[in-house]
Amino acid sequence: MTETGTTTVKRGMAQMQKGGVIMDVANVEQAKVAEAAGAVAVMALERVPSDIRAAGGVARMSDPAMIKAIMDAVTIPVMAKVRIGHIAEARILEAIGVDYIDESEVLTPADDSYHINKNDYKIPFVCGCRYLGEALRRIGEGASMLRTKGEPGTGNIIEAVRHMEKVNEQISHVAGANPDQLMSISRDLRAPYDLVKQVHDLGKLPVVNFAAGGVATPADAALMMNLGADGIFVGSGIFHSENPAKFAKAIVTATAHPTDWALIAKVSENLGKPMKGIDISTLTDDEKMADRGI
Amino acid sequence: MVIGVLALQGAVSEHIKMVTACGVTPRSVKTQADLKGLDGLTIPGGESTTIRKLLVREQMLEPLKKLVQQGFPVFGTCAGLVLLAQPDLLNGLKGTVVRNGFGRQRESFETELTVKGWSKPYHGIFIRAPYLSEVQQPAEALVTLADGRIVAAQQNHVLVTSFHPELTGDTRFHRYFVEKMI
Repeated sequence: MTETGTTTVKRGMAQMQKGGVIMDVANVEQAKVAEAAGAVAVMALERVPSDIRAAGGVARMSDPAMIKAIMDAVTIPVMAKVRIGHIAEARILEAIGVDYIDESEVLTPADDSYHINKNDYKIPFVCGCRYLGEALRRIGEGASMLRTKGEPGTGNIIEAVRHMEKVNEQISHVAGANPDQLMSISRDLRAPYDLVKQVHDLGKLPVVNFAAGGVATPADAALMMNLGADGIFVGSGIFHSENPAKFAKAIVTATAHPTDWALIAKVSENLGKPMKGIDISTLTDDEKMADRGI
Repeated sequence: MVIGVLALQGAVSEHIKMVTACGVTPRSVKTQADLKGLDGLTIPGGESTTIRKLLVREQMLEPLKKLVQQGFPVFGTCAGLVLLAQPDLLNGLKGTVVRNGFGRQRESFETELTVKGWSKPYHGIFIRAPYLSEVQQPAEALVTLADGRIVAAQQNHVLVTSFHPELTGDTRFHRYFVEKMI
């Protein structure tokens, strides 16, 4: 019997992206630059996170025509974002046939009570997380891939670092716990018991976990890989830098060779200016995207 | 015996696990120097475009191509099939590759496969998979779907699958590579 949309093919698709860089692109031209640089996938969205911050207003799913144009222009997978809880936007992206849907806090949330029941879709989903409970709730809803939330559009890596370290510390704690403690841990994390048990048995998450939200340089990418990320999402960091093609290529190289410091030094030379960053402490609570959809 | 796993991008840890399960020492291969002293290599699933670019950047494409021509055993899955069967890449197996041949991720699937000469079926996991529309001697099809698409093939010391044995717990393809081809 032949089956599509199974948990294995949805999670497996993310496993094939490991060690790679997924780049935000706003048009066909940028998608081609990303592909030529060696991106494993592109995220098609009309405005990268820093532009969403600058523009204000409501950020929604991108124009299907723009997403389809990018799908036609590159052979690597194409992802696109929907608002948290917006099942209609998700069904529309499924109908277009994008390869992965990001239920993303970068867009303005559509539902502040519920995320999408992602188990219902043939297309896999990626979701953001800041700690293990959030990660396991998203997996419980059917996410096939995770990423740190970081603080998108800031070019500031500190939040992604916090989130990756927190998740990994909590995984170590669960893995080392006595089986008798797992139900209480599940209560404290507000996470499904069976998934806490899985993390305990596997010693890791049952899905791939990428770093996202603040990666701006090859060194940032290498930092996150050394902290245990399976791969890297770069949003504004590439196309808001002085030399996008060079930045993109350098970040791909640093992600593939995260401990080859001489090589990372070499690709970091003369890159020009990275995106201008934002100090997280200057953001008001309303401006923090990571607090959306917990 | 030491088997390398090309570790530039993709399902590397999954292949390392399979090689280890066959009782063989695995080695992550990231540079030209890592290719020295290997008894064989597996090329994991991943994005073939990305792996190809990284092979070129690391100046590994030509040395690896030379090794393949000299009879070095290589097993490639999915992206590995694309790299091994394209004449302009590693040119290790004579056949015609159709990339993303089954469609996009929505069309990714799992199914039971009949492998030539094997008594029990193999569970195939296909993710944006390529296939071979035909193979030429000395390449030989090992798994052919009902519609004629070839999804596993061998040419002497080169083994390719469209699907991902590394995503299953079934080590038969890796064992076949290690025990029969090296």
